[in-house]
Amino acid sequence: MDLVPDLSQPAGWLPLVFVGVMALSMLAYVILDGYDLGVGVLLRHADDGAQKDTMIASIGPFWDANETWLVLGVGVLLVAFPVAHGVILGHLYLPVALMLVALTLRGVAFDFRVKAQASHKHLWDRAFQLGSMLAGWSQGYMLGALITGFQDGAWNMLFSALIGLCLLAAYRLLGAGWLIMKTEGRLQRKAVDWAWSSLWLTALGIATISIVTPLVSSRIFDKWFAFPNVVLLLPIPLVTLVLFVLIARSLRRLPKRLEQGNEYGVAVPFAGTIGIMLLAFYGLAYSLFPWLVIDRITLWQAASAPQALMVIFYGVVLVLPVIIAYTVFAYRVFWGKSTALVY
Amino acid sequence: MDSWDPFVLARIQFAANITFHILFPTISISLGWALLFFKTRFVATGQAHWMQAYQFWVKIFALTFALGVVSGITMSFQFGTNWPGFMNTVGNVAGPLLAYEVLTAFFLEATMLGIMLFGRGRVSERVHTLATLLVALGTTASAFWILALNSWMHTPAGFEMIDGQAHVTSWMQVIFNPSFPYRLTHMLIASGLTVSFLLAGISAYRWLRHDRGADVLATLKAGVYAAALLIPVQIVVGDLHGLNTLEHQPAKLAAMEGIWQTQKGAPAVLFALPDEKTQTNRYELAIPKLASFYLTHDWNGEIKGIAAFGDLHPPVAPVFWAFRIMVGTGLLMLAVSWFNAWRIRKGRAMMPWMARVLVAMTFSGWVAVVSGWYVTEIGRQPWLVHGVLTAAQAASEVPAANIAITLTMYLLLYVALLLAYVRVVFYLARKPETAAQPLQPAGVRPRALQAREGAA
Repeated sequence: MDLVPDLSQPAGWLPLVFVGVMALSMLAYVILDGYDLGVGVLLRHADDGAQKDTMIASIGPFWDANETWLVLGVGVLLVAFPVAHGVILGHLYLPVALMLVALTLRGVAFDFRVKAQASHKHLWDRAFQLGSMLAGWSQGYMLGALITGFQDGAWNMLFSALIGLCLLAAYRLLGAGWLIMKTEGRLQRKAVDWAWSSLWLTALGIATISIVTPLVSSRIFDKWFAFPNVVLLLPIPLVTLVLFVLIARSLRRLPKRLEQGNEYGVAVPFAGTIGIMLLAFYGLAYSLFPWLVIDRITLWQAASAPQALMVIFYGVVLVLPVIIAYTVFAYRVFWGKSTALVY
Repeated sequence: MDSWDPFVLARIQFAANITFHILFPTISISLGWALLFFKTRFVATGQAHWMQAYQFWVKIFALTFALGVVSGITMSFQFGTNWPGFMNTVGNVAGPLLAYEVLTAFFLEATMLGIMLFGRGRVSERVHTLATLLVALGTTASAFWILALNSWMHTPAGFEMIDGQAHVTSWMQVIFNPSFPYRLTHMLIASGLTVSFLLAGISAYRWLRHDRGADVLATLKAGVYAAALLIPVQIVVGDLHGLNTLEHQPAKLAAMEGIWQTQKGAPAVLFALPDEKTQTNRYELAIPKLASFYLTHDWNGEIKGIAAFGDLHPPVAPVFWAFRIMVGTGLLMLAVSWFNAWRIRKGRAMMPWMARVLVAMTFSGWVAVVSGWYVTEIGRQPWLVHGVLTAAQAASEVPAANIAITLTMYLLLYVALLLAYVRVVFYLARKPETAAQPLQPAGVRPRALQAREGAA
């Protein structure tokens, strides 16, 4: 493909590395902030204040760092692909603003709900839930717009709005899976039910996207259904299907086990959902590559000067492993069932 | 809507966001170190009141930090949406600096914050103190990188322009550009002063409400002493920063001083209404020759006037007034902190009226910081990067209506959140349970205990 330059040169491989770093950050963001957004979306189904407190306690130590992956992802887009940053965020101006307001509302509600007057708590809870929903939906909307190459028109907007709902369902599934691992008793049982309803929505969403996307973009259609690609790509939908079945089986068995105090397999729904998201992400990356803006800007066209990228490259190589190490440490510190947040 | 200039709207929007954002890092940078101080005092002395002080202020820290994080996320998007020309022209300089801020500071502070807030009882006391230190280091590292970039926009160095794009020739010169040491020091001390008055103000508020435990008196004293020590240093550093500005950005300095025509023996203007149209000051009250003396150390030194810079000078009135508000607040801080420090040293009791003055000055640091930033940022106009790129050249083509809608949304949100923040900070100071708390937070199960349960 003449779209791809000589990869032995820094101007060739550096942008590729940075697209990898960006993809990794976005993936980390979608999974990590995904579960805490999902918990926010589920908040209104809680029975009482105590359950809400437990739900929020389960994500308390993590959400700040989870959102930082978004800053890194957008940061890499900004510093490594400045041209694309301007074009993409210019097109996504309104959904981005909506997401930012939603994330702000939700991030501060987290702290305000326990610090403000008790009579205001339910208002902050509502802000937390509304913020989580709007943030998740607008992220999905942006993804939809990216897939269609920012074309205007009612159908494209409808498609994007639909992807917004799908992503919301996936976040909800992640959130429910997280709660099954991190909580106990009645809340844990409820989380199994929430996971069930989210599972169906997510499956419906992924099926719809898989069918509609090739119809919306003939380019993506050609990429997937030409021989031999179609054979090589077949494992993606097949493994996704297997994972859905695994999660469903686990959710069916969990209630009985939990009743007997048996925690075996509580991590299956969460881990399975991560697997599905990895595959969906891989499929998406395959569909878009090497474009940052479909049919307009490739990742090499948008890249910064190799010298500047090299400076950041050293930083990434040195620091990213350290970040991953202390992130793992933080998750280990708060391993196990979550406890009340008092400080 | 056509009559609205998208460029003006984009500037208002960016200014609103960055003004809102800076309030919170200003507190969290120094409050992190204050918490480390409380924590290490507790570890060293075993006195319970230091831990009580820690537990009260860590709540305010968490709230402040959250507001800083979410408003910071907004910033990372608006660099691109509002000023695409900025990254297109100087991205090779700005990009790595921003990337290093995210990599070395943001993750560190956000991850360690979780352990700092919720980790007591799950990690050892030493690891918890280490997490507190790392959070403080993270916030300060973040200030280092972002101020390096900001200073470079005022006094760019270490680069060359090739085909309209900046390319770095020396990273040392980029980072340690001429105004950076002054700006970084000035800002870090400003953060220290903001937190000093916050500590003193909230403690005085609690004192007035007869909440006079050892922790309240300790934080009151810490706030007053820190302020009294920092403010003279800040005056000297601010003066040096001003001299640096005279050397590199003389138009900004002329606007700060309200000097229109180039002259020898320039007066120090205390009060005036600068008039752009006639290029004169109305109702001027000035001390002859003083400005020349403190700027050039010569009573007859020559100072360039605003008129000498043609169109390339900032709007005078906002810079002129913001500068006076900053200096005025600083002088008030000097008087109040020294008076109180003197009374505490003499062992005299706090006077209720003085406590009320301290309460009124709780957020005085914000006034000084925001007006100071307005001096330097409005003073940089019309440049975005001094001598390289104007703000108008970097503007985006987003329709005015979109900017107007989102601007309204942001403004409503920010005003609401600011009110909520100030109210909740004072509410926390009133809350009865904050007065006395158990040392070991309830409901936390240490890891060792969990492991034992798991084995059973």
